[in-house]
Amino acid sequence: MENPATAEQPGALALEIDGVSFDYPGRRVLEGVAFSVPAGGFCVLLGVNGAGKTTLFSLITRLFLCRTGAIRILGKDLGREGPGALAALGVVFQQSTLDLDLSLRQNLRYHCALHGLDPAEMAPRIDSALSRVGLADRARDKARQLSGGQRRRLELARALLHRPRLLLADEPTVGLDVHSRQAIIQQVRASCRDQGVGVLWATHLVDEVEPDDQVVVLHRGRVLSRGTAGELLRDTGGKTVHEAFSRLTSGTGAGE
Amino acid sequence: MTLAQYGRCLRGILVREGLRFLHQRERFFGALVRPLVWLFIFAAGFRSVLGVSIIPPYETYILYEEYIVPGLAAMILLFSGMQSSLSMVYDREMGSMRLLMVSPFPRWYLLFCKLAAGALVAVVQVYLFLAIAWFWEVQPPPLGYLMVLPALLLAALMLGALGLFLSSVIRQLENFAGVMNFVIFPMFFASSALYPLWRIRDSSHALYEICRFNPFTWAVETIRFALYTQVSWTDLLGVAAALALFLAAALIGYDPGRGMMRFKQGGA
Repeated sequence: MENPATAEQPGALALEIDGVSFDYPGRRVLEGVAFSVPAGGFCVLLGVNGAGKTTLFSLITRLFLCRTGAIRILGKDLGREGPGALAALGVVFQQSTLDLDLSLRQNLRYHCALHGLDPAEMAPRIDSALSRVGLADRARDKARQLSGGQRRRLELARALLHRPRLLLADEPTVGLDVHSRQAIIQQVRASCRDQGVGVLWATHLVDEVEPDDQVVVLHRGRVLSRGTAGELLRDTGGKTVHEAFSRLTSGTGAGE
Repeated sequence: MTLAQYGRCLRGILVREGLRFLHQRERFFGALVRPLVWLFIFAAGFRSVLGVSIIPPYETYILYEEYIVPGLAAMILLFSGMQSSLSMVYDREMGSMRLLMVSPFPRWYLLFCKLAAGALVAVVQVYLFLAIAWFWEVQPPPLGYLMVLPALLLAALMLGALGLFLSSVIRQLENFAGVMNFVIFPMFFASSALYPLWRIRDSSHALYEICRFNPFTWAVETIRFALYTQVSWTDLLGVAAALALFLAAALIGYDPGRGMMRFKQGGA
């Protein structure tokens, strides 16, 4: 990368979460959360609604300041080198952040501007990003005219437009039909593999996990388990990820 | 980040706000109809009730319509500043704010770009209004139309910064009606927009003092003097000081560590 802000430090993990705790007034939502995503790795952050996934994402995207613990993107500490760390980050938020009144191309050009990229030079990259998600012929349409699945695909293309090294996706498949979900997951896995992008994929849908994925189980603000999906099955004795997840999370529920 | 990249970021945000404005016809229309209703109907009705004596910057007796045009221009900026900033509070727009916040540029710069874009859009609306007022025979000197530009920009930035600050702290007041009642109406009526302040002093001295220290009064007077090719330095300085204050407050509000964002569970 020509941009020094996104220059990789050798051997750096795509993402390191190190002992992160966070409170809303009077309520602890994250407690000593620690895990990492290797460069090019696909990590599923598994947790039910309210487990703290979105709060964790708010910390990684610097919407909230991380006071306890540290977050590093490619070895850059968010607190001390925030802007440099954010340059290497692509995000798909839980709620859509497209400008529905703007065309697909205008949405992508806006994103380029927010990353200081020259929209004119980016034109070929925008075209290829659109065609990769099968929306090349819709470039002039308004985002409002897209279906839910198409909007998600566009957001994904947008998040990868500035060639980040880490992709955050916060329940990006919620509310989509099975077909769209499959399309999006395959697309992310392909980008992750081809471009060596580390992915942190938050979801409560256990069927999105594949055996080789890293899985971090987050429950009530704590990490209950981390390792590959295979290890998760072995450790819990579950036959499916769903069963393993249920055993883990019901265990703490009974203990309290 | 290089200077060219900063420039691209600013241009991108300006283009986006401009496009959004063009696409939202209702917003555009509403922004223009509001001051015109005041000018065509309210001013006509009150023309005979409120006599306006000769006060600076006017050199002759003027009609009431002529008196309230600068105030209505400021009203456009007030509504626009509140609307564009407060739209961030709503969930849908919260998303676009988050998108802005994950950009690798410094946060103060991003907020400033957003503010500048909103101010430019508002100033375009004011010029449209002034053009219509010209046909209504409110015709300030031609040079005034040029001199009023920096005054409008400064006032628009100040009111936009106020809205931005409010958007960072408001939790309960998450609708425009609340802001209308608690911010827009008090600011607008306790100002020199609709009546010269000496008229208020005749009724209540306390109210007169409040009006004198209302940043919106300073905005109105800065615009009024500029439109008649004069400069009211005290009002101008007041607007600049209020801009600095509101901007600083907005930056603190959007600072991830100190600000109120972390308490907004809606954003969580």
